[in-house]
Formats: sequence, C-alpha cells, structure tokens
Amino acid sequence: MLAHGFGCDQNMWRLVVPALERDFTVVLFDHVGAGNSDLSAWSPDRYSTLDGYVEDVLELCRELALGPVTFVGHSVSAMMGVVAAVREPEAFAGLVLLAPSPRFVDDPETGYRGGFDAEDIDELLGSLDANYLGWSGAMAPVIMGNPERPELGEELTNSFCRTDPDIARVFARVTFLSDNREDLALVKVPTLVAQCASDAIAPREVGEFVHARIPGSRLVTLDATGHCPQLAAPEETTAAITSFVEALA
Amino acid sequence: MGTSGDEENGVAGLGRPGGTGQVAGGWGNGDLGSSDDRAQFSALLEDSVEDLYEHAPCGYLSTLLDGRIAKVNTTLLDWLGYERDDLLGRRHFSDLLTVGGRLYHETHFAPLLGMQGEVSGIALELKAADGSRLPVLVTSTVRTGRDGRPLLIRTTLFDARDRRAYETELLRARKEAERERERLQRLAATLQKTLLPPTLANVPGLDVSAYYHIASVDEVGGDFYDLFPLAEGTWGLFLGDVCGKGAAAAAVTSLTRYTLRAAAVYNPDPDAVLRNLNTVLNHEYNGADPRFCTVIFGLLTPDPDRGGFHITLASGGHPPALLMRADGTTDYLPTPGGQLIGVLADAHIATTAVRLAPGDTLLLHTDGLTEAHVNAVDGVDRYGDDALLDFARTLAPTTASATVDAIRDLLDTFGSGVDDDTAVLAIHVPRPPSEELQ
Repeated sequence: MLAHGFGCDQNMWRLVVPALERDFTVVLFDHVGAGNSDLSAWSPDRYSTLDGYVEDVLELCRELALGPVTFVGHSVSAMMGVVAAVREPEAFAGLVLLAPSPRFVDDPETGYRGGFDAEDIDELLGSLDANYLGWSGAMAPVIMGNPERPELGEELTNSFCRTDPDIARVFARVTFLSDNREDLALVKVPTLVAQCASDAIAPREVGEFVHARIPGSRLVTLDATGHCPQLAAPEETTAAITSFVEALA
Repeated sequence: MGTSGDEENGVAGLGRPGGTGQVAGGWGNGDLGSSDDRAQFSALLEDSVEDLYEHAPCGYLSTLLDGRIAKVNTTLLDWLGYERDDLLGRRHFSDLLTVGGRLYHETHFAPLLGMQGEVSGIALELKAADGSRLPVLVTSTVRTGRDGRPLLIRTTLFDARDRRAYETELLRARKEAERERERLQRLAATLQKTLLPPTLANVPGLDVSAYYHIASVDEVGGDFYDLFPLAEGTWGLFLGDVCGKGAAAAAVTSLTRYTLRAAAVYNPDPDAVLRNLNTVLNHEYNGADPRFCTVIFGLLTPDPDRGGFHITLASGGHPPALLMRADGTTDYLPTPGGQLIGVLADAHIATTAVRLAPGDTLLLHTDGLTEAHVNAVDGVDRYGDDALLDFARTLAPTTASATVDAIRDLLDTFGSGVDDDTAVLAIHVPRPPSEELQ
C-alpha cells in the first residue's frame, strides 16, 4: 500500500509502480483532499490532525481485507503509517518509511533537529497564502497546456499537484506542525527507514533519529537528491522496497 | 559540470551569422538599407549574443538533474548579490529559495517538472545573499538528449515584485470580499430571526412545533409564522409568505406580522383579521411596487366539554392546512377561493372551521415545501401537494414535533432543490395520559 505525502497525489508513485506490480499487489490511493479524492468527504475537523488520515488508512486495510500489508509512506504519510501500526499492529506486515520526519520543527529543549525553526514554518504557511491565487488559477493552464504528452489525460492534468488552497493550508499545518517522536518507540512491526542522501526537507540526521528510535528497524540511504526518491531514484527505491518485503516473507 | 557546460554552449549557437542575418534582413528594407548600416547592425547583434544571455532582462539558470547549479547569468547574480563561484557546482536551485519556496519546490514544483518536462509561471521567492527576498515567477524546462533522456534543467526567473504586490492586493480584496459576505450572511440571519417569534406561546393542552428552513444564506426570505395569546382562553396563529426576497420583502413581512397581531386584538374573527391586513397592505403598496402575501390565520379556542380545540381558519390565497386525525385519516382542509392579500381593495377571504380532537395534528406550511425541485418523474419536477398528502398519511397519527422533524428530514433530502424558504407550523392535541397508556 503506497501512501503519497504532502503535495500532489498517487501519481508520485508512477515510476515505481510498474516494477512493484510485477511482484506484488499494489494498492494506490489519494488522501482525502488530494488528487481525485471526493473533496466533499474532506472536513477541517477530521483532517486537521494526522488522526483522520490514520483512520482512513486503517479503514482502507479493513475494507480491502488483504491481510497484513506492507505500508509504504512517503514524507508525512510515513508518520501516518507509524501511528496506524502502533494502533493496529496486526494490520501491517511491515512499514517502509520513505524520507520520513517525525517532526519538521527543531526542538531546542531536547536538542532535536528537524531542519526547520518555527520562523521557517511561518514562512511556509505564508507562502501557501501567497500561492493562493497561483494555485487556483495560474497552475491550471500550466498543467493542462501540455500538448507533447497527450497521455496525461484531462482528468489527471486537472488534479495532479493541484490542491484546493484551503485544504492545502490545513494539510501543510498537519504535515509541518505534527510531532510523532513519541510514537516511534511503540512500533512493533518490521520497519525500513529509507532516506535520501541529500534532502532539504528531511535531513539525514532525521532519518537516523527515526531509525534509532524504532526498535529493530533497518536504515538505507538512497543515492537521491531531494525529498522524493520515488521520482529521483525510482530503481533504487523499488529495489529497497522489494528486498525489504522479500526478507519479510 | 563539464557535460552540462558543453550542453549549455548550445546557447551560443543562437549567435551564428545565419540566425542574426535573418533578423537584420527582416528590418533591412528601410533604415538599414546601406551596407554600412547593415554591417554595423550585424556587428551589434553579433557582439550581444553572450551579452544577451548574461544581461537578459530575466534571470537564467541551468541546473543538473539533482538541482546543482551549472550555469547562471549575470542578471540573476546581480539580483542575488552572489559571485558566480559561490553558486556553480556548490549550490542547488532550492538553496536560493526561501524555506516556504523550498518546500513548495520539493513537494510540487520538482515532481511536476519531472512528470511534464516543463513547469511555468510558478510564484516563488528568492533569498538574496544579504537575506532580502525577491519574488519571482519561475519557468523550468527539462532539456533532453537525442535519446530522450533528461540532461539538465533550464530555468528562467522573472522579477515579480510588481505582480506580487498586485496579487497581494487582489488577495486582500478577495479576503475582504469573503469577510463582507460573511457579514452580510450574519446580518441576513439576524434579520430573519427578528422576523420570527423567539418562542411560541405556551397553550395549555396543545403541543406546538415550528421550523423555518432558510434556502439562501445571502438573502432574507419572506415566510413568517406566529402563535400568540388573545383574550382569555383564545389564541391566534398565522403562517404566510410575502412575495419576493431580500430587504424589501423583509419590510413587508414586518408590517404584515405586526398588523396581524394588532388586527387580531381589535377583532379576532379570522375573516376580519385578514380583511384588515389586506386593507393595510393595499394602502401601503398601491403604487408602482405592489407587495402582497398569502397567509392563513387561525383562531384557537378550547372545547371545554369534549376536550381538544376549535379552530377557525381564514386563508388569503395560501396552501390549505393538512389535518392528520387520531385515527390516521389525513386530508387537506380546503379553503378555496381565498385571494392574495394586498392586491385587490376588497379581497375574498375563505374560511373553514374544524374541531381538533385529542390525537389530531394540524399542519400549516408555505409552498417552498411543495414547490421544491425533486427528481423529475413523469415530467413533474416539483414535490407537489399530492406527494405532501401521501407523506402526511405515512405520518398520521402523529404529534407536532414528530411532524416537524419529519418535514425537516424531508427538506434535507431535497438538498438544493429547495430554492425558496419554507415555514411549517404544527399543532397537536395530546391524548389524555389515561388514553396514552392504552
């Protein structure tokens, strides 16, 4: 089960899905509020904490009844996997945490370094406001005006990376203000932490922190720059997921 | 680095004489006719090719696929206050962005670019060497080799300070408009509330319930109702619908309500109450802007011998009341021939009288309910009087609050099909507790 992070939708996985599908049953979904999800199902109450998303993941597991799944969560979705696996460990065979961060904001009291100070996060939320017009208007023609790639159908071009600004703002708050450090030690299912070699959003020491806190977890560092290894290094990402799942069996 | 530099030398290719000659030729028929002029002009362009890149009126940036900066023009260096060597091979494009921009770049911009090969017109902010911020509009394209593999990313950056100021102003105006709309809605809701009784009078031996469904949060509707005490042992009640919406309708609603209350004290005979209302509205709005309403007025008196109440109803063009008997029989109480109130100087009022026995329920409603759009069946897309009658038959025997709750749920199922406000008022004579037990 592949869960996309903040920004964009399940298309984030498109470079790894073909290879994964050869060996596994792959479940893809858009979080409520993103991509082609039913926007009317979104409410600020349910989705202003990670809990709403975690419940969705657990509901998905129950509904599909596939037995214990390997949950691959990118970015903020990695922590959804952590919380879900703490809550219902029997639903998960394993967790792959891709570019995870249990807390993006530094915590001077404990010396934890998440990579951002509070001011940075304020600026981020400000930039979401600044893109309010950009997201609702300017992005649309950009995404649709793509004559060389007709395979990007209308449906896809309208939705990919295009989020309702109000929803994006709430999701950004959830993503960048959550603190799940305490949950890490409670994870009882086999876990792979896959971090990028150079990631401006989840630096290596954050990946190492996650690895150190989750009992028995493995850590791999993917030779990828940026926060999206499934796009920057799809083969290596696929290989890491595949070998982890095969070792579980 | 080397490879990308070579690739980017392609830019210099634009400066080949053939290319510039064409441009000069296009203009050459007039002022640049002489060979001297042409040579001079050509030389000017020839010299400017490197310059064209370096001092273009926009920032140019070429980066490797991992984001490392491979080439940057002077314009951008000047904007940022960096030396070329500070950036080449050392910094990533995202390092030049503010934190917010960096996150946006990682989570939206880069994935989109990877997917489409091009992203344009994205608003980001650059952070200059001295910490100052420069809003820019960024466009990136992926340059691919002959085999279609991506080689590097070319980016142009346009100074967007003016545009950003304009957008900020737009955003402010938009937020202000949203606030104003909320204020208007609050105002409409408050006005609506003042036109309805805060509570209905407590009538001993009678169970009463009412509901007002607002169709539009932006406008005050014209429906109204009330139930109030008159002389010892009698009560008046009314429910009606003023034509139109908004502030003008609200003024008529207000006048109608107070006129009905006062007229009922002056002469509680329902026929007389509506006649007096008709006279008031007809006098008030006899000019170019006629205002009228439909209304049903009832006078309630308890039946001391047999229990229950007598009610006399007068109607001026209003949908008839529905009577749901204790034994389940249900029908409209017709008041045919009643005319709209306020149009004619001498409107005809229709009256009817009925006894409400214990267990009976009487429902008054406005036509927002029966005029609601429902899924078209046999070409009929309004809910209609017959459907309401059938619905009431499924409820009877019932109580006032159960009736109102059921209608509330019914309205919910219509959703946006209810395009007019709807008021309902139900009264019910409870059975004595001894009967209730049986």
